[in-house]
Amino acid sequence: MIDYDKVVSKTAREMKPSGIRKFFDIAQTLEGVISLGVGEPDFHTPWKIRQAAIDNLEKGKTSYTSNSGLMELRKEVASYFQATIETGYDPASEIIITVGGSEAIDASIRALVEPGDEVLIVEPCFVCYTPLVELAGGVPVAIATKEENGFRLTADELKEKLTDKTKMLILPYPNNPTGAIMRKEDLDEIANVLRDTNVAVVSDEIYSELTYGAKHCSIAQCDGMKERTIVINGFSKGFAMTGWRLGFMAGPKEIITHILKIHQYAIMCSPTTSQFAAVEGLRKCRGEVLKMVEEYNMRRRYVVDGFNKLGLNCFTPEGAFYVFPSIKSTGLSSEEFCEKLLYSKKVAVVPGDAFGKSGEGYIRVSYAYSLGHLKEALGRIGEFLEEIR
Amino acid sequence: MNELLKLLKTNARLTNAELAVLLGQDEKTVEKQIAELEKSGVIRGYSAIVDDALTEEETVTAFVEVKVTPRAQSGFDEIAEMISSYPEVESCFLMSGAYDLGITVSGTDLRDVSQFVAQRLAPIDGVLSTATYFVLKRYKANGILISDKETDDRGFVSP
Repeated sequence: MIDYDKVVSKTAREMKPSGIRKFFDIAQTLEGVISLGVGEPDFHTPWKIRQAAIDNLEKGKTSYTSNSGLMELRKEVASYFQATIETGYDPASEIIITVGGSEAIDASIRALVEPGDEVLIVEPCFVCYTPLVELAGGVPVAIATKEENGFRLTADELKEKLTDKTKMLILPYPNNPTGAIMRKEDLDEIANVLRDTNVAVVSDEIYSELTYGAKHCSIAQCDGMKERTIVINGFSKGFAMTGWRLGFMAGPKEIITHILKIHQYAIMCSPTTSQFAAVEGLRKCRGEVLKMVEEYNMRRRYVVDGFNKLGLNCFTPEGAFYVFPSIKSTGLSSEEFCEKLLYSKKVAVVPGDAFGKSGEGYIRVSYAYSLGHLKEALGRIGEFLEEIR
Repeated sequence: MNELLKLLKTNARLTNAELAVLLGQDEKTVEKQIAELEKSGVIRGYSAIVDDALTEEETVTAFVEVKVTPRAQSGFDEIAEMISSYPEVESCFLMSGAYDLGITVSGTDLRDVSQFVAQRLAPIDGVLSTATYFVLKRYKANGILISDKETDDRGFVSP
């Protein structure tokens, strides 16, 4: 009989499944579950974008594009970066259109990290960084951020984990799951620590469109940082295009050239229909994105207020579409809280520790839901808290 | 549009406290704004959108296209206001195009609506002709879907 332990690589066998997945599986077996667990917009992709996709399909524009993506899309991405983070990139040599932000993260890590290199990962964070670093043979080093600092990375926290082996810093802001953002002055302090090193920064800015109050800022805008920063963004969150699988990245051509080779061999090119659609998105749909942001902003205020009224202290997020209330006052662990809530009130939320150890004591709640849905879910959470107190 | 109006148009039952949180304002301010909107006539009223098919009561609705002769002094206003004053008339618009007034009429059954059109509406001085179209099924009214609950294609949990 075949021994699959000898078939499947050690790395793959030892890779942990996402903590998010587990809750999905439980929720699916129960009737009448309402979820606050989804990390994607509840809005449909703006109609103009869908129409552009249909038009191009009708014309039969379905062949491969160039490896780095349609030139007209790369040009739009270049103007987008210029307009939003005031940073110029050459569409011919410094931009790649990727399969979501995820592929850009993977390709960046693979292009830069060598076995034994340390990669600093700011936590709590999206679940993919650690496994991808391990896949490249790197050593993930978590930097835990704290609620009292607004879940921002501080220069001291960074210095503490910086060693001779540090190869890369992964900077995920606006942050999933905390909703924290980094302002220019916070980024400048990080830049001061890194400026004279050879450490590269992978700045995952997938939620950049979704900030409330303060405008998004990239570390690439800080003095001396563009030359060491890979900026990653995409259409999934801001343009409500998760299923189109389309992201983009920009960086110095000395780095992008090598990432392009990995992208070329692994992916060939990003989905053509999605690329044509995205051109329309960048050209004509910024207004619709703003409308979605306004709507998220109302819900954000509603949900933060709701949790605070329920006695679960809730940090006021300034980006993304999550709140990250503390459940420490209940005496339960994140995992216990979420499991009990799911079984007793049929509300699905994600335990904070799914996003790194420092997320313990918190839960992630998405507000990418209608107001009526949020109201119902908050009501049920209120009942749950009454019962366990 | 005013954010407050936008919220009230989608759900007029939100409390002032809820509206205040959603808009990031204090409750007193919201209360004052609503009072002003009501006083100035921007907000004319509040009503529930009911799925008649699920209630005990029988209701029939029709769209009626009405052609009228405008009057010398008041144009279409006088006749439109007169038509609007009937309780059977749910809405009344002055239209561009092939006819003048577009109205919706509701009643307990076909006969009820037909009688209203034939005996009350058509004989009004200045009404030249009417064309009545009965509603078979409503799918959406005032921005609210009447069909079954919207489905969420997304899973329960995703990164």
